[in-house]
Amino acid sequence: MSEKIPLHEVSEAVPQEFAEIDLYQKREKIYTRKIEGFFQRLRVFTGWPLLVGYFILPWLQWDGRQAVLFDLPARKFNILGMVFWPQDFSMLAWLLIISAFALFLVTKLFGRVWCGYTCPQTVWTSMFMWIEQRTEGTRNQRIKLDKGPWTSNKIIRKSLKHAMWLGLAFYTAFTFVAYFTPAREFLYAFFDLSVSLTAFFWVGLFTLLTYLNAGWLREQVCLHMCPYARFQSAMFDPNTLIVSYDSGRGEARGSRKRDADPKELGLGDCIDCDLCVQVCPTGIDIRDGLQYECISCAHCIDACNSVMDKMAYPRGLIRYTTEKALQGEQLNYKVLLRPASIGYFIALSAMVFLFSWKLLNRVPLELDIIRDRASLFEEKGEYLENNYSARMINMSNDAQLLVLRIASPANAELVGEHNFKLKAGEIFEHAFRVRLKKDAITSPVTPVLFVLEQQTKAGETEEALLKAESGSNFLSGGQ
Amino acid sequence: MSSFWSLWIIVLTIVTLVGVTWLLFANRKTRLNAENEAKTGHVYDGIEEYDNPLPAWWFNLFVLTLIFTVGYLVFYPGMGNFKGLLKWTSIQQWQEEVDAAEEKFKPLYQSLAAKPIPELAKDKEAMKIGQRLFANSCATCHGSDAGGAIGYPNLRDHDWLYGGEPDNIVTSIKGGRNAVMPAWANTLGGKGLEDMASYVLALSKGEASSEHPAAETFQTMCSVCHGADGSGNIALGAPNLTDDIWLYGGKPEQILQSLAIGRNGKMPAQQDILSPEKIHILSAYVYSLSNE
Repeated sequence: MSEKIPLHEVSEAVPQEFAEIDLYQKREKIYTRKIEGFFQRLRVFTGWPLLVGYFILPWLQWDGRQAVLFDLPARKFNILGMVFWPQDFSMLAWLLIISAFALFLVTKLFGRVWCGYTCPQTVWTSMFMWIEQRTEGTRNQRIKLDKGPWTSNKIIRKSLKHAMWLGLAFYTAFTFVAYFTPAREFLYAFFDLSVSLTAFFWVGLFTLLTYLNAGWLREQVCLHMCPYARFQSAMFDPNTLIVSYDSGRGEARGSRKRDADPKELGLGDCIDCDLCVQVCPTGIDIRDGLQYECISCAHCIDACNSVMDKMAYPRGLIRYTTEKALQGEQLNYKVLLRPASIGYFIALSAMVFLFSWKLLNRVPLELDIIRDRASLFEEKGEYLENNYSARMINMSNDAQLLVLRIASPANAELVGEHNFKLKAGEIFEHAFRVRLKKDAITSPVTPVLFVLEQQTKAGETEEALLKAESGSNFLSGGQ
Repeated sequence: MSSFWSLWIIVLTIVTLVGVTWLLFANRKTRLNAENEAKTGHVYDGIEEYDNPLPAWWFNLFVLTLIFTVGYLVFYPGMGNFKGLLKWTSIQQWQEEVDAAEEKFKPLYQSLAAKPIPELAKDKEAMKIGQRLFANSCATCHGSDAGGAIGYPNLRDHDWLYGGEPDNIVTSIKGGRNAVMPAWANTLGGKGLEDMASYVLALSKGEASSEHPAAETFQTMCSVCHGADGSGNIALGAPNLTDDIWLYGGKPEQILQSLAIGRNGKMPAQQDILSPEKIHILSAYVYSLSNE
């Protein structure tokens, strides 16, 4: 131990301490300026169909039933003509996997366009902002109103705003609950006050949450609660489409007279009007570069373009572009064909294909064979017998005549009823025995395959049959 | 829980609560780095932390969770042996849910229980309830198809140890049954047992003759319970020996064993487990199995 660990003088490395700051930041209210332009009109085409779809879907009928009904107490999801049972739960997982890959692919190629154009958070927030605009006026009027004293004008405007917010939130919540309960009965029962307290509770809860979310929380959800905001950067690369400020063209920024020549003043195209900051719903300055807060909504693009038009400068100082394009590379279709995007596309296509295949080949019939646990086997003369329970579920919308039989082994005999009539949606349990001749048994455990299928009707093709299988074991204890 | 462990948990809970509260408030502020205001001044192994403050409402959420915790510990059990002001227990909650369910289904059960058993046995919907009751309470021994097993009677045939009339079935389920076949090994001896086994086998085939070496012994020893003709006695649950139905197996060695060491059959009483209405429906289900 003659060698000493070398010592370093560390006092210099310790940073000199300065003022004390709070690690939690008080929220600064964002007053978003209203802006019109190409991308805002585009948003109308992405937002409205989704909104209309959301609000009318539960009121539509299909084959005399509610087109979309998530019947949780009955554990059945009615979606258009199909009824999904808990047994179909894997389909939901598949659908979520498809959604995830679709999101990854879109993010890889086009950045966070989901956030900017279709996310319910954005869509509802913009509706609430529209109401705010109508009741409290423009950005400057709102700032003035908030700073000013509580006049009757302020009280009226504020209460009108909150009343309208609550109204919209109530409509949203009411529609949401209608997805989970027979909608038409719910509509009448709600307004003659005969629905259960539970229904009132859920409508109330979702009203409150919508109101808080779109009225008060807004960008806080995107910045601090949404997981996508935090992991989207993993999908970004220099070829991903982003909203970006062209600093090469814009700097040095500075105000100038409209007819002044920026070159003479040594300025770029940015007139530093701050409009891009004022319209931003997440309150960032896009000129600071790509930030995780940016939801790719293009408010700043529309704002900047309107200023460029006024200044008679070319549009696109802030635009949809890529990091590579900003560095001077030509933007062409080849950037779509990147290894990662191709990979996401293949994964997405494979999942879509598998999901469609599974959906089209879904058999609305279920058979579960459960062997009695308490007994091993029973001797009946030259036979051995085992006990089983069959659980049959007719998940189709019609009554079915069904036959239960043993597919293998061929010499196994099913003792008890073979033919069953199950009503639409019926779950039926049936106990029965299987017998095997002692001398035909070769192993202590014989696998048995059971088949439940639709009774053949004359003239019907083989493919039209509903068929479900389930396997179990025949135990014979080494006899 | 002993008072030591109770105290231990209370102390641990309080120390943890106070600890996290201190941690939260003690780390609320930091000192800025003089050279670069964007950094917090935290340096670990050369890695510096930028000042990216969390929203203040997050801090408030933390505080809310602390308040919730205190509230929870006051109202619900958590502090060692302290039961909480609400005196909540999981058993009590379960009992309330069971009571609610029984209250809900009471009218249905009562209306079904009002019907006589033979009539109820023809009610398909009621028999579905019966089948589920059977699956819960009876299938473990009698098999899910009620077909029985060695030592457990088959309920689907017309052979009844204690009688197959509705009243007999209700009595069997309610109070259970205890069957005792005494051991005869000492009384009969090796040769006697074998003779008796062969006589009993002959009885079941209808071939028993009074010339048989065991015929006289049967009349003195066995007929008390099984009857002079071996047709059994439902008052005692003594099996009918003249048919080919065997509770403990009909092979010679099985019969020999039954004779030598005796048998003890036990059907547990259900009246403390199932309500009278449920027993009524269950009896109708068992009745329906052999009276279809």
